[in-house]
Amino acid sequence: MDNECKCNCNCNKTEDSRYVDLKAFIDSMSGVDGAAMPILQEAQRIFGYLPLEVQKFISDHTGVPIAELYGITTFYSQFSIEPRGKHHVGVCLGTACYVKGSQKVLDKVSEDLGIRVGETTADGMFTLDATRCLGCCGLAPVMMIDEDVYGKLEDMDAIPGILAKYKR
Amino acid sequence: MDKVNITINGKSLSVASDTTVLLAAREAGIDIPSLCYLKDINEIAACRVCVVEADVKGVPMRNLPASCVLAVQEGMNIRTNTPKVRRAVRKNVELILANHNCECLTCLRNGTCELQKLCSELSIEIIPYRGEKRKPVFDDLSHSIVRDSSKCILCGRCISVCRDVQGIGVLDFTNRGFHTEVAPAFDFSMRDVNCTFCGQCIISCPVAALHEKTYLDQVWAAIDDPDKFVIVQTAPAVRASLGEEFGLPVGTPVTGKMVAALRRIGFDRVFDTNFSADLTILEEGTELLNRVKNGGTLPMITSCSPGWIRYCEINYPDFLDNLSTCKSPQQMFGALVKTYYAEKFGIDPDKIVSVSVMPCTSKKTEAKREEMNVDGRADVDIALTTRELGDLIKQARLNFNALPEEEPDSILGEYTGAGVIFGATGGVMEAALRTVADILSGKDLKDIEYQDVRGLGGVKEASVILPIDGVDTEIKVAVAHGTANAAKVLEAVRSGEKNYHFIEVMACPGGCVNGGGQSYVSAKDRLDVNPKINRANALYSEDERQVLRKSHENPEVQKLYADYLIEPNGHLSHKLLHTHYHQRDTYCQE
Amino acid sequence: MKTISELNQYKSDALKSLAVGEGYRVVVGMATCGISAGAKPVMEAFKGKIAEYDLPNVEVVKTGCIGMCVYEPIVEIFAPGKEKVTYIHMDAERAARVVTEHLKWGKPVAEFTVDGGETGQLRNLNDIQFYKKQERIVLRNCGLIDPENIGEYIARDGYQAAALALTSMTREEVIEVVRNSGLRGRGGAGFSTGLKWSFAAPSQADQKYIVCNADEGDPGAFMDRSVLEGDPHAILEAMIIGGYAIGATKGFIYVRAEYPVAVQRLNIAIEQAKEMGLLGKNILNSGFDFEIEIRLGAGAFVCGEETALIASIEGKRGMSRNKPPFPANKGLWGKPTIINNVETLANIPQILLRGSEWFRSFGTEKSPGTKVFALGGKISNTGLVEVPMGITLREVIYDIGGGCPNGKAFKAVQTGGPSGGCITVKDLDTPIDFDNLVAIGSMMGSGGMIVVDEDNCMVDIARFFLDFTVDESCGKCTPCREGTKRMLETLELITAGEAKPEDLDDLAELADNIRLTSLCALGQTAPNPVLSTMKHFRDEYDAHVHDKRCPAGVCQALLNYIILHTCTGCTRCVKKCPVDAISGKVKERHTIDQKKCIKCGACMDACTFKAIIRK
Ligand SMILES: Cc1cc2nc3c(=O)[nH]c(=O)nc-3n(C[C@H](O)[C@H](O)[C@H](O)COP(=O)(O)O)c2cc1C
Ligand code: SF4
Ligand code: SF4
Ligand code: SF4
Ligand code: SF4
Ligand code: SF4
Ligand code: SF4
Ligand code: SF4
Ligand code: SF4
Ligand code: FES
Ligand code: FES
Ligand code: FES
Repeated sequence: MDNECKCNCNCNKTEDSRYVDLKAFIDSMSGVDGAAMPILQEAQRIFGYLPLEVQKFISDHTGVPIAELYGITTFYSQFSIEPRGKHHVGVCLGTACYVKGSQKVLDKVSEDLGIRVGETTADGMFTLDATRCLGCCGLAPVMMIDEDVYGKLEDMDAIPGILAKYKR
Repeated sequence: MDKVNITINGKSLSVASDTTVLLAAREAGIDIPSLCYLKDINEIAACRVCVVEADVKGVPMRNLPASCVLAVQEGMNIRTNTPKVRRAVRKNVELILANHNCECLTCLRNGTCELQKLCSELSIEIIPYRGEKRKPVFDDLSHSIVRDSSKCILCGRCISVCRDVQGIGVLDFTNRGFHTEVAPAFDFSMRDVNCTFCGQCIISCPVAALHEKTYLDQVWAAIDDPDKFVIVQTAPAVRASLGEEFGLPVGTPVTGKMVAALRRIGFDRVFDTNFSADLTILEEGTELLNRVKNGGTLPMITSCSPGWIRYCEINYPDFLDNLSTCKSPQQMFGALVKTYYAEKFGIDPDKIVSVSVMPCTSKKTEAKREEMNVDGRADVDIALTTRELGDLIKQARLNFNALPEEEPDSILGEYTGAGVIFGATGGVMEAALRTVADILSGKDLKDIEYQDVRGLGGVKEASVILPIDGVDTEIKVAVAHGTANAAKVLEAVRSGEKNYHFIEVMACPGGCVNGGGQSYVSAKDRLDVNPKINRANALYSEDERQVLRKSHENPEVQKLYADYLIEPNGHLSHKLLHTHYHQRDTYCQE
Repeated sequence: MKTISELNQYKSDALKSLAVGEGYRVVVGMATCGISAGAKPVMEAFKGKIAEYDLPNVEVVKTGCIGMCVYEPIVEIFAPGKEKVTYIHMDAERAARVVTEHLKWGKPVAEFTVDGGETGQLRNLNDIQFYKKQERIVLRNCGLIDPENIGEYIARDGYQAAALALTSMTREEVIEVVRNSGLRGRGGAGFSTGLKWSFAAPSQADQKYIVCNADEGDPGAFMDRSVLEGDPHAILEAMIIGGYAIGATKGFIYVRAEYPVAVQRLNIAIEQAKEMGLLGKNILNSGFDFEIEIRLGAGAFVCGEETALIASIEGKRGMSRNKPPFPANKGLWGKPTIINNVETLANIPQILLRGSEWFRSFGTEKSPGTKVFALGGKISNTGLVEVPMGITLREVIYDIGGGCPNGKAFKAVQTGGPSGGCITVKDLDTPIDFDNLVAIGSMMGSGGMIVVDEDNCMVDIARFFLDFTVDESCGKCTPCREGTKRMLETLELITAGEAKPEDLDDLAELADNIRLTSLCALGQTAPNPVLSTMKHFRDEYDAHVHDKRCPAGVCQALLNYIILHTCTGCTRCVKKCPVDAISGKVKERHTIDQKKCIKCGACMDACTFKAIIRK
């Protein structure tokens, strides 16, 4: 069904460039099997999270029931339905990192940012996650901030310094 | 059909090559427990209580496979009753219980619950785990459906039926692992989503995680109030299922006993929705003829199924003008009780409590629709399901099976065979054709059984040649049951691929006989009986027994027109019996 | 490019342009780990300094994983007629010096090389123990070629195998060679690849698929990432061959989204291959069409499981489904689908080019070829090694891996990730192959080897793995969804010192049920780490349950802080204790009230006399 979104909300999807981009992407996926995942991934990239409005928009333009989209977004850990911080801090809790003490790294980051795993700081700057193996086990314990990987985090006192770089 | 040879518990069998171990065992009289399996609908092998030991060509399978999806193979040797299997089944049931709100005594499914029955069979006495449970969600905001996730065993049956059978997809698994739930998107209330309240999920649920919202207390309060005049109407399909609440075989017609029970419960008048089904045919038939003659919007689509109406309002608003403006028989009936009947018998309409018993959970919401009133008085005050009526009868401590057969009260109790078959898919169409054909031909036609529109084919089509304004015209009709089939028909109409004059849609597969408010038939029993067929047969046989089988022959309906409404689609009809529909938004945050 | 001769022409051109001539070829390790260790500034420094000096004939290229994570960032410098020089632990400053001294003056900087110039000779990675026992088939190009340049791949025989298969072999012959090679799937289960292909080949479907499983979910395994980042064309080539063999015209690569560099390089590789006509319609005039699409995972370990992976590519929740039907019969959108792991595929072109006998000359009878292992955890030489099957664990861990660092005692090595088990000292001399590892209670898995030493608590390790599976279970079936959670809760009781002796038996019984009745291999293998640690380290479990003691000193709740007689009575700790658990007179030995102590460790940090220990 390619009817316009029927909801009465006041977001103006035809003017918001993010929706325009998303619509363009959805159109580019027409005829592609299993497009729901790539579309959600693109939406997550564009919006940073997948709130109701976005999922409704996708549902309206793909015909995939919104319950199914929601089921997908809550299944995969990379999707988020809550807004996330400007920076994403992921401390690896993969095996190699764990046996090398990444729990301590996580605790330290958590203490420094004052949030628990899965939470976002009040100022919206950081979201903290415990991630799966980042594939840099050779450098364990490892932490990833946005796209930057920090390895060999054996000195806990070095951590606040690393985080500080992103606090500005 | 190819056959294969297998052994189950030492017994050699030759079975169809395309069957499963569970079904083959059942044929051999061996019962294998199951919870998530709902044949042809949900075969996801999730619960793992149907596990067996199996060897294929003498090689034991590594694990204990789930028999519900295990295809038989030549030379397979299956054991269903070994210590290993018994231990595994028990463990998995214990694991389910460890995350279950085991309050059976205060549970609506007490006695009909598939999990409870299994626990009882296994003599489970304690649950050996005390850990964390899933966070419970209790949603009773809608008028029809209650979702209580603390009872959910995540079998997925509701998901499959809603998504695959009904083509809607209100529910899905959410989250993952231990936090998996079955819920609407964003944990919305069922009230605010694209649910039609058809209740197919309810009758598919093995436990009490989804059930109807009950109104028995209000019914008793009304009956106990000497100031109230409490009337009750019962829908066609109810009589085909109610007996199951009292242990009778699926599809035993119990019309007379049902009437007797309602009287003994204390209803002041016991009527029959069949009456207004007949009335609907006159109103709807006339509307159809007018549309055909006057170039109105065609195809016209029936409007007696509130599940279907909601579906159309949410998903196909461009078809709203196609919907017949007739209220459903339930609402027509209610409207007449507080007007025609009240006037005729001098009863203060404000003292009337109008109760209905329906095979349907969507009717509860329909009764609460804003439009469904006359002069501010709700047509129907309380809509019960067949199951609730069963409970009501039990609470009145009646021995149902020993009751005499009684007739409903006059003047809203008379009905024809056409009204009866309203409860099965194709029934409304057949009833309408009986009347329309007679009216147009001006004859009393004898050939009145329209076999083309009967049965369980997803979309049924028929065409009849009828004289319209003296010209023989081919009238094309279609019948769809289940919303997924309805969507198919609408898409075909929208694309211009199909042209019809009249379409019957019932939201439930099989029609109201298989409505969401009907008696539970467990997944296992469904392997032996098909409630859709058995109950429809009950209705068709009652139709055959009737002397009057055409709606326009109903003398009380004729009297109603003569005394009150004057003519179908007349001014008063429009006020009382017709309504309008509107597009609905879903998933809206206030 | 339409013919083999064109391919060969291209190859010889590429070889010429690769020939270093008079100058130098500077290769910078730029796999994810190299980048994170700081390879980018090194690369820039090289380029900048070279430009500054305007050095002629010096080429700077990036490459994939070199394999020695401990030494990252690594730079290797090749010159004609000379041994390569391997520089380690590079940074911008060091790079500048190397440019000046090595590239400009011709004097390699010995102190930055792999042995720090200690031997007085310049040595490179090939000389050290780490490399000596390795055999590189899968990783043959990793760390050598520029993965973003198809020419370098073609120069090293790239796409020759595909050309051979497509133009002069029948589909059956291709499958035959693969089957005869004895190649077994490297994704974990070790199923014969040739046999698997032969299941899908005969079916007459209108569409078939071949899928490369690049989800690499096992924590501690990163060989697939290294191949994708270091040699992406090898995977494309293998998929073309596999597609041809089974009759699939469409391939998918399912890559986990945590590997952005791999995705980017795969995209580049696909574009290049398309441009050259190696993907698309009528490849090399063979009449065979083949295209490849990349799909990204979104963070779900279970999607490495075949049926969950299929669901995910189909755009659904990655929930496993019952097998049979197997994907080879009913896979993506119900069509026959072959799913192969990255490392499995990386072997294919070499097998086709060099023959199954050649492949069988490596490894053991039942597990021919090599296996790539990711060495991690408490091991000196963390990194990626490719060794012939049949090598012993001891050789891998001690000869190659250098044993546990800091003189700590080796306790166990965990293989097979969350589905595997641990292997102890007594089995270190077992030759590694698929069947032997299973026989000693573990499994190959994808090749992660995590070494744990005396400082690690095995109960805690088991708890860690269960925590992982509980989190990553798809939630579909009862035993896995509910059962692993109850196991985890029991392990939490054990590590908190609150378990009862009978809990251990219940745990084993529950584990058995989960193993036997779970729907997919995730659940079926989830109890393995617990069963295996219970078998080998029952004493540690008993210590936690009976003595309320954690022998390795890991489980917080079971630790006690004790003040030794070396206490000077300085009272520093008293002030730090948040719950006033420490008492004692000034200048006398203090004591800790164990009932009050909440084990925060603050006192231990505060004591400058190291008089407080944790036990
Ligand atoms: C829970 C689970 C996770 C898996 N993860 C992976 C993975 O990340 N990569 C992989 O190649 N195979 C993985 N597998 C194995 C695959 O299901 C499959 O057997 C494999 O990709 C087949 O390829 P192969 O025959 O080349 O080994 C996993 C299996 C399970 C049960
Ligand atoms: S759902 Fe069934 S088992 Fe659960 S409380 Fe209700 S009756 Fe008992
Ligand atoms: S189960 Fe028996 S003991 Fe328990 S409440 Fe019911 S009747 Fe009483
Ligand atoms: S009532 Fe009908 S539409 Fe609503 S969730 Fe249940 S099956 Fe779906
Ligand atoms: S609500 Fe009922 S049918 Fe749906 S998953 Fe839960 S237990 Fe099964
Ligand atoms: S088909 Fe009948 S039972 Fe089903 S929703 Fe419609 S009226 Fe109700
Ligand atoms: S074993 Fe675990 S991962 Fe596999 S289907 Fe069951 S719940 Fe899902
Ligand atoms: S560990 Fe913490 S609570 Fe215990 S004595 Fe030391 S400071 Fe106090
Ligand atoms: S800080 Fe150390 S030395 Fe000082 S009182 Fe405490 S234990 Fe003794
Ligand atoms: S375990 Fe942390 S990067 Fe692999
Ligand atoms: S797994 Fe067979 S009935 Fe649930
Ligand atoms: S050097 Fe390649 S993985 Fe570390």
